[in-house]
Amino acid sequence: MAEKIATRAAYGKALEELAAQEPNLVVLDADLSGSTMTKGFGAEHPDRFFDMGIAEANMVGVAAGLATCGKKPFVNSFAMFAAGRAWEQVRNSVAYPGLNVKVVGSHGGLSVGEDGATHQCIEDLAIMRAIPNMTVLCPCDGNEMKQAVKALLAYDGPAYLRLGRLAVETVTDQVEGYEFQIGKGVLLRDGQDVTVVAVGMMVQMALTAADILAEEGISVRVIDMHTIKPLDTEILLAAARDTGCIVTSEEANIVGGLGSAVSEYLTSVCPVPVIRHGVEDEFGRSGAAQKVLEAYHLTPAGIADKVRQALTLKQALTL
Amino acid sequence: MNNDMRGLEVVAAKGRLLGLDMVYHCASGHLGGSFSAMDILTVLYFDVMRVDPKDPKDPDRDRFVLSKGHCTPALYPILAQRGYFPEEELQMFRSVEGHMSGHAEMHHVKGVDMSTGSLGQGISAAVGMALAGKLDKKDYRVYSLLGDGEIEEGQVWEAFMAAAKYKLDNLCAVIDVNGLQIDGATADVMPTEPLDKKLEAFGWHVTKVDGHDLAALEDAFKLAQDYKGAPTMILAKTVKGKGVSFMENQAGWHGKAPNEEQYQQARQELVAALAEKEGK
Repeated sequence: MAEKIATRAAYGKALEELAAQEPNLVVLDADLSGSTMTKGFGAEHPDRFFDMGIAEANMVGVAAGLATCGKKPFVNSFAMFAAGRAWEQVRNSVAYPGLNVKVVGSHGGLSVGEDGATHQCIEDLAIMRAIPNMTVLCPCDGNEMKQAVKALLAYDGPAYLRLGRLAVETVTDQVEGYEFQIGKGVLLRDGQDVTVVAVGMMVQMALTAADILAEEGISVRVIDMHTIKPLDTEILLAAARDTGCIVTSEEANIVGGLGSAVSEYLTSVCPVPVIRHGVEDEFGRSGAAQKVLEAYHLTPAGIADKVRQALTLKQALTL
Repeated sequence: MNNDMRGLEVVAAKGRLLGLDMVYHCASGHLGGSFSAMDILTVLYFDVMRVDPKDPKDPDRDRFVLSKGHCTPALYPILAQRGYFPEEELQMFRSVEGHMSGHAEMHHVKGVDMSTGSLGQGISAAVGMALAGKLDKKDYRVYSLLGDGEIEEGQVWEAFMAAAKYKLDNLCAVIDVNGLQIDGATADVMPTEPLDKKLEAFGWHVTKVDGHDLAALEDAFKLAQDYKGAPTMILAKTVKGKGVSFMENQAGWHGKAPNEEQYQQARQELVAALAEKEGK
């Protein structure tokens, strides 16, 4: 059994590790540092940690001001409030002037669980992606997250990073020559019949779905698309040409996120069937995280169903 | 009055004339709040702030954030007169061929320290700049100008709390209290008074001043510089549309461009005021 760690935990560790080598790294939080995992950084570097209180709009603006003075701020809250509450501040004070602020949304998606719909952000990928200048990342495991944070610190510009609440299996450490690059998807498993393009913890589920489908004789390619924007069009185009149909999978609304991004690209260059797996344009609800995910079919079986649907459509189109 | 003050009066009078031309030329823009703010910006850029137009990105410079970001017909003429760019560039204001955005923009207009326009956001950026100054132990100061309608935005009060928490005595904000906003009197649209008591309760050092009295403004900024342990708020009582008789205290002149006849009359008044200040 591989290591299991939540991407938010890996993120917190990465900040602590990078603090020494980058004196301009500053961290802001909005009264959630225990959950967003910035508490450790705050304890070690109180001079570079700012708890801005439950005031996300101001937090983002303050980060913008810090960035104009050469600081490299990472601002933190739940995805709902970092991307949602402060959307217009991210748009006008960060992205429009192209400032070097990293907006970090923890507890993305339905796996917030018990807190329910008000805290289950399923729109962040869509609304952050819709802003010009923004880079949008959603790494799948601890290993990838650590490297993503390092890459983001080195990248001079606005970006959104989504973190997950649940501990997830590390899978990218098994990829030979794995190196995280913003905007470069990762081929986790090759296959010929269909490609599943996934983000966040749907990546691990996509691998499990590929195992299920292999037993049915279906060969599934799995791509970890940790960067939703800018999209790795090269790996997508190859997948569309090689496998002839695509399933996207995200712990987010199927409106506007990864599925939309992939569809938008492929329709104009290589129109193959694209089936979007995710939350079907409805609000979440309270419950244990695993139970909520099952209720919304965010499971390997849910992905496998979409794969069969994609294959049926592909066959119908080729007949 | 000493010669320095007379010089500042000329800058402010010329600033209004340049602002009027900008707005008339592109047939849009915000004159009311720009004219109420013109004297404040004049004192800041020509007397108070440590800036060098030849080195607009100097890390040790004082910073200014126009939180009421629509008042570029005040800021841009002042920056031009201060020497950041030639006055001719003002003709590109709000032109799609040009680089002078309708609201303050930091990458294409020299001297602008932060892009603003969406109300309530600039003051937060100013807090961030002041925080960075404290962190780096630099002695630069940060200034920001807000509108008295703008402070209806909740984010402004979030920023006020944060500035007090971090004891940002290197931050001095000004509220341009002209009493009017787009839909009418601030007292009717959304009452914000008593501002002094509210700001004091938020942990700020507060002073009140006539926002068109250049010497009094200068004194207020000096007082702010010397005050330690808390940010200073200058409540500047102003007249919206100051300097043009038919625009003064009229909410309707918030964001309207003058027609030909109005332009000629306004121009006549501002040219006469400038000549008087120049002692002609």
